[in-house]
Amino acid sequence: MGVAFERDVSGAWNEMFSAPGVARPLYERLLADLNAYQPQELRQRSEQLSRTFIDRGVTFAHSGEERPFPLDLVPRILGALEWDRLSRGIAQRVRALEAFLDDVYGAGRIFDEGLMPRAVITSSPHFCRAASGVTAPNGVRITVAGIDVIRDEHGNFCVLEDNVRIPSGVSYVIENRRAMTQTFSSLFSDHRVHPVDAYPSRLFAALLAAAPRTADDPVIVVLSPGVHNAAYFEHVLLARMMGVELVEGRDLVCRSNHVYMRTTNGERAVHVIYRRVDDDWLDPLQFRPDSVIGVAGLINAARAGNVVISNGVGNGVADDKLVYTYVPEFIRFYLGEKPLLDNVETLRLEDEEARTEVLGSLADYVIKPVDGSGGKGIVIGPHATKAELRSLRKAISAAPRRYIAQRPVALSTHPTFVGDTIAPRHVDLRPFAVNDGDEVWVLPGGLTRVALGEGELIVNSSRGGGSKDTWVLNDEAVGFRGAVPPASHRPRRYPPPPRQNDEFVEPRGEQ
Amino acid sequence: MLSRLAESLFWIGRYVERADDTARIVDSYVHRMVEDPFNDESATCRSLYSILGIAAEVERLRVVDTLQTIVYDIESPNSIAGALNGAYENSRRSRDYISSEMWVALNTTRNELPQRAATARQLGPSTYLQYVRERTSLLAGLTDVTLSHDDGWRFLVLGRNLERIDMTARLLRGRVVSDENAPDWMAFLRASGAMEAFMRHTREINDASGVAAFLMLDRLFPRSVLYSLNLADECLVEIQPASPRISTGDVARQALARARGTLEFIDPRQLIDQLSELLEMLESTCIRVTDAVTDRYFRHEDAVAWNLEEGL
Repeated sequence: MGVAFERDVSGAWNEMFSAPGVARPLYERLLADLNAYQPQELRQRSEQLSRTFIDRGVTFAHSGEERPFPLDLVPRILGALEWDRLSRGIAQRVRALEAFLDDVYGAGRIFDEGLMPRAVITSSPHFCRAASGVTAPNGVRITVAGIDVIRDEHGNFCVLEDNVRIPSGVSYVIENRRAMTQTFSSLFSDHRVHPVDAYPSRLFAALLAAAPRTADDPVIVVLSPGVHNAAYFEHVLLARMMGVELVEGRDLVCRSNHVYMRTTNGERAVHVIYRRVDDDWLDPLQFRPDSVIGVAGLINAARAGNVVISNGVGNGVADDKLVYTYVPEFIRFYLGEKPLLDNVETLRLEDEEARTEVLGSLADYVIKPVDGSGGKGIVIGPHATKAELRSLRKAISAAPRRYIAQRPVALSTHPTFVGDTIAPRHVDLRPFAVNDGDEVWVLPGGLTRVALGEGELIVNSSRGGGSKDTWVLNDEAVGFRGAVPPASHRPRRYPPPPRQNDEFVEPRGEQ
Repeated sequence: MLSRLAESLFWIGRYVERADDTARIVDSYVHRMVEDPFNDESATCRSLYSILGIAAEVERLRVVDTLQTIVYDIESPNSIAGALNGAYENSRRSRDYISSEMWVALNTTRNELPQRAATARQLGPSTYLQYVRERTSLLAGLTDVTLSHDDGWRFLVLGRNLERIDMTARLLRGRVVSDENAPDWMAFLRASGAMEAFMRHTREINDASGVAAFLMLDRLFPRSVLYSLNLADECLVEIQPASPRISTGDVARQALARARGTLEFIDPRQLIDQLSELLEMLESTCIRVTDAVTDRYFRHEDAVAWNLEEGL
């Protein structure tokens, strides 16, 4: 007998089982495969996975320490139809947010139409006047978006938050897949899984498309705050997979509104900066004067059109959580479409009535700061102590604009390997979208984060979360054996090549 | 290439070589330190300290502490573990440039050091030194076969060769500073991996000046000083942006050229008499070249371009 599956008692949607012991059709083959293993074999593979990550330095920095981001053995599966719907919803949302940013830093039609009070924007901590008039020639401000979605109790995907500043995590999608195919290749032979390694070339193409028209052969760089940043590993991975330089602020210099990087052969012009540095730290002349990781004069160079900063400056206003509550209206207003994905039910606390309601039963809500990221500052009412609720109540009354309230949603659960059993744990999903100005492309799958503690609802890596390889199947049908002729029957002139180290993929010229 | 990246690569080259060479030097002393019953423990340790250029802080030196300082202590940039850690830190900063195989090799080496040190404290330093030499050889090999031989690689090779010159000079200085406590000439040959090459080259094995000449002047042996000087100069020639018809006064190449000239034209029979001055000259050459390269290629900060003025 194989490993024991613990029963799900949370009442949340279980991704694998429709009833205790009954797998959803999508998961039948995977379940059969997993059942063939003894718990000990699974543990060995699990250990091998984490060793691979430590050896390869697939880590994130937390409180000054480099930690691996634990990868769970049990992959998450999304069906082709389900994914089609979800990815169209993501793309739609990104298009709407683009239109909104363009409007906010431009004509302001949405205020004139009375759909949103101007004060929502001007009071947003991430609204940035300096961003007006700073756009890429192709108009793209959101080159990369990470839209966090969850599945509610009824199995419907809804959007939890939008990340259009510097969304991170895509490196784990790529590394997870690599690690899984290496340690658990047998699972892949039974499923046709969409590959994820096209991401860097898509990103490269999108950055190239955003380049200033004056640059004949645009030079693209990835700007990182440096080795101590939590996501440094990702910055490195993206730079090398795109074949571009990874720079830090001190490598760049602005001179008469042009940006150069300092090389051993003198200064070299830079045209597109895929920055992983926050707005606040980007340019000490415009923002924080004490920033030592930024580049003095960068914003003026961007305004002069000599360099493109990607994602755009001031994007934070679009992932402000109060603005989030308006996104379904954006979709109707700017695109004239019906939203494909719902928001989680959210209350605006500046609204007198809503505030009274929420403050009256604070323990029934999840309260989030509007500008938080990484799970910071979130209070889950039902789990909070009296003292926490008391200070929260005070904080909300003092500055209602800074918070929103959501009804707690039981995030769906997914069987996860813990100890020697497989137990349900809460998961979310962050699909990544890349906008090249013509099309919003969504990376098949995305990052499934899993809260490893039992009943834990916050999945962020900084809160001890792990992740899962996330599969989008090429076809609804499962149990693919036979659908494609087995490899050995296909004509082949040479023995199969060894698995390539895909970090050396040179994106230029592809697709 | 980026100046910051070039600097990191240069230091990866230096640190990996430093770890390798320190392991070789310590290895040549280990027999005397650990196994020779007639040996003056403290004086031998002091000799080791002095050739590695580390200040000994206590009067009476013990082998255990010496190994801790020179081999296992990850905090010290002069120790083997510290050098490998230095290489690792620089490889993190240049991770987008070096090959993933190099990165994994450095990362796993550094991760494994504490475990290896614990074993070595029980079983003696040889296994640790052996491990270090294997890993540094692996790294040197990966550097040469997994990197394009472009400027980045050249900066790394430049760093490697400067360090090698410096360390070979230090190794030989052991005989100069404390004759009786240093290993014999044959041990030096073994430490440099030059035993067989030397034997094939000459039959006079107990000839001190022959060994010194081989390690200093041989044109074909890749660890000899002259060989490394030539290689370092080749790197600099290829790195420099364009070769103008009239020299632009490359300070680094000038320093290398002086050292090469001195070694090229020295009478090998007089080498042993002049060894002390020559080794000093080589050490200062390495410093001068490093400074000049840093100044010319690695400068990343201009004068601060703005002021933090309050009340404006």
